[in-house]
Amino acid sequence: MAQIALPKNSRVVEGKAWPKPAGATRLTEFKIYRYDPDGESNPRTDTYWVDRDDCGPMILDGIIWIKNKIDPTLTFRRSCREGICGSCAMNIDGLNTLACTKAMDDVKGAIKIYPLPHMPVVKDLVPDLTRFYAQHAFIEPWLHTETPSPEKEWKQSPEDRLKLDGLYECILCACCSTSCPSYWWNGDRYLGPAALLQAYRWLIDSRDEATGERLDALEDPFRLYRCHTIMNCAQVCPKGLNPAKAIAEIKKMMVMRQV
Amino acid sequence: MAELHNRIETPLKRVRGLGSARSGTEHFWRQRLTAIAQIPLTIAFVVLVLKTLGGGYDALAATLANPLWAVLMLLFVVTGVMHMRIGMQVIIEDYAHEEGPKFAWLILNNFFAILVGLACVVAILKLSFGA
Repeated sequence: MAQIALPKNSRVVEGKAWPKPAGATRLTEFKIYRYDPDGESNPRTDTYWVDRDDCGPMILDGIIWIKNKIDPTLTFRRSCREGICGSCAMNIDGLNTLACTKAMDDVKGAIKIYPLPHMPVVKDLVPDLTRFYAQHAFIEPWLHTETPSPEKEWKQSPEDRLKLDGLYECILCACCSTSCPSYWWNGDRYLGPAALLQAYRWLIDSRDEATGERLDALEDPFRLYRCHTIMNCAQVCPKGLNPAKAIAEIKKMMVMRQV
Repeated sequence: MAELHNRIETPLKRVRGLGSARSGTEHFWRQRLTAIAQIPLTIAFVVLVLKTLGGGYDALAATLANPLWAVLMLLFVVTGVMHMRIGMQVIIEDYAHEEGPKFAWLILNNFFAILVGLACVVAILKLSFGA
């Protein structure tokens, strides 16, 4: 049955409180989840204070400042720092989002940061996303055609191109899938909102000739139908997309081809 | 998920699993169909209860002797039990992950739904035909 409590060695305990930076007047408190795979100790939350006059406004600026100035062992992923690479997805103030596009001032009180929920943790804020990427690979996110390729490009009308808006923008940050309770309980069989949004992006592409085969692969009580329209995915998506709607559209296509 | 540790498989192999069940839409459609049917049928049920309130067994038997009422109540019970069975199955699949208990729950769910459904149908028919 479902597991209610964490195993004893996974329970998060209070960690180290690092000293406030000397001479700073404007301070922001960070409480950050730490897990060291090389030790035997439980995960913990460390407390840090960031000097706001020496640091950029975003949460990512804050944790980079902590890594540079206080604790170089703090581990997290980041790259583009402008919301396009999806690397710095983490659970901030109770919601999955990108650290680079969320401002420190948007959080009241201490800024609590955890890794994306219900994923194996590699270290600190770095989750293991292997399965998540495999699910994306599974939906075969490329154009499938049998008709010999035209001399130039596959043509698409402006109207059909418009249908890809709200889908192609997905950056695979995993905020949606890891916020979904259905994905928490059945992530080994349910593809999750991110992979399904990507699946729909190819299902409605007017140039793709494998719509039926794509639907066949999704026609499954777990792969597709574990979505119970909880809507966490749409609530947290840092790009403002709506995976739940894409999934509903796939279900509609499933019914349409039967009646 | 519990057996992941001791197996060496590629991530894609795991995601593909046993392949597509090639079903699920029928379930999804039937759940919506019974939900829609339940809207007017539940109203009919409430009307029946209000209509026969305080009249006891005789008032209910007299109303159900009308075939229209009997059919409405049969539909109410049958669609309700179908909806319950599908919904419960989804909940079991969501939370029961060990094979043994999962199948036990699924079997019990089916037996329970059929038992409750048939008992209600017999009760309505008995009242309707005036045993």
